[in-house]
Amino acid sequence: MPDTSKNTSPYTADRNIPGAFEGETVTRRRFMTATANVTNQVAVGMIVLPTLGFALGPNFKKLEERWEPVGRPDEFSPNDYISRTITIVAGAGQTGKSTVYLRTRNPEIDTEPEDEYNQFIAISTRCMHLGCPVRYVPASQRFICPCHGGVYDFLGEVQGGPPVRPLDRFYTRVRDGLVEIGPRFSVNSELRRFSPRDPAQDLDGIGQYLFPSRPTIRKIPGT
Amino acid sequence: MALKLPAVPAGAPARPGTPAAEPKSVKDNAGEAAVAALGWLDERTAISGTARWVMFRKVPKGTNWFYTLGTSTMLAFLSQVITGVFLAMYYDPSPNNAYESMRHINNEVFLGQFVHGMHRWGATTMVIFIFLHMGRTFFFGAYKYPRELNWVIGVILVLLTMIMALTGYLLPWDQRSYWATAVGVNVFASAPIAGPYLGDFLRAGPEFGATTLSRFYAIHMLLLPGLIGGLIAAHLYLVIKHGTTAPPWIEAEIDEDLRKAEA
Repeated sequence: MPDTSKNTSPYTADRNIPGAFEGETVTRRRFMTATANVTNQVAVGMIVLPTLGFALGPNFKKLEERWEPVGRPDEFSPNDYISRTITIVAGAGQTGKSTVYLRTRNPEIDTEPEDEYNQFIAISTRCMHLGCPVRYVPASQRFICPCHGGVYDFLGEVQGGPPVRPLDRFYTRVRDGLVEIGPRFSVNSELRRFSPRDPAQDLDGIGQYLFPSRPTIRKIPGT
Repeated sequence: MALKLPAVPAGAPARPGTPAAEPKSVKDNAGEAAVAALGWLDERTAISGTARWVMFRKVPKGTNWFYTLGTSTMLAFLSQVITGVFLAMYYDPSPNNAYESMRHINNEVFLGQFVHGMHRWGATTMVIFIFLHMGRTFFFGAYKYPRELNWVIGVILVLLTMIMALTGYLLPWDQRSYWATAVGVNVFASAPIAGPYLGDFLRAGPEFGATTLSRFYAIHMLLLPGLIGGLIAAHLYLVIKHGTTAPPWIEAEIDEDLRKAEA
């Protein structure tokens, strides 16, 4: 065997490696190693990438937009809430249902701009502290959360306790003489509409940027 | 080249004074059979050296009952694995049947309530033990050089145990588990920037749905047990490699003569 250790030529032929081709710079051993490594990585990628996509897929799938009729317009009053149970996720049985409190728009207290989606005010029962179900107490005209003592006033704005923003609302509209409840939206302390956020996510100040909206659920564009 | 060895002389007389061979008892035979079986295994795996390395270790002076907390945690985990496997034979992780299958386990399956109870209380036990073990390690200073990596592995095990507890809590699918998990996921989701997406990942969407339960179930019974088992193996390997520490109140013994001689 010729001594190849001191010969630093890039060409294998110059280094007297047996069976070298002219102009060849990569030894067969290196070529074999690289091929095996690349094959390995392709095989691993073929398993990992689809699995990862499968697990992360729901993060990009939009929740189906549902409109559910809940009664005639004259069933609701501007000064008191009536509860209705609607389905917010299909195919999840009882757990896909949620309670919503409804009343007609009262121009004396509802000062946010009027449009076709807020002729009826639909308040979500999801507490904006950590998501427990709030209950409307007619005697005090407040929403009260049983878990950590969150209190909201008649408009759903925070009056006390740990919640970070007013109660979420749902879009409402009237179709064929029936009031329908649509998708959820979140509001900041000025009752401006935002894409739905999870509880405990502040929407005032830089909150809306710290807690970005997600591809899975958005407000109706332009509202 | 074949070796030529001298032949053994045939019919060599027994040495005088050798006691006559007694017929072997059943006990002797059983003992020989066990040794033969172990010998067969050892010859093919060389396991006895490893077994001695694992089991016959020197422990420092002052080793006490506090040193059993790690083993207790591991036994709690093994108990969870065993009871969990049997609960999985009856449990159905679908939103319409999960509660019903838990009711079936508790009310109708023979010893079902007992096994469910073992799993439920075992989970609490494991969380308590793992924190006591962590406290022991901290207060005895057993996390110091060269054992830092083992401390890090231990902390990961604590986190995995907590995620195990969170995901397992949802599975009974009753009011308490549903709302407690809703709160738990919202706690995760309240982290800035990544939080909202993490919440969507855990729930498999913006709302609790059918996929949420099966996702928690898969994480609880497939993903985490494997990870925890592997990390426990690494944790134990390092414990055996390093040996255990003496309690901090044990003073190092100083040989005064040697000290003077070296001074």
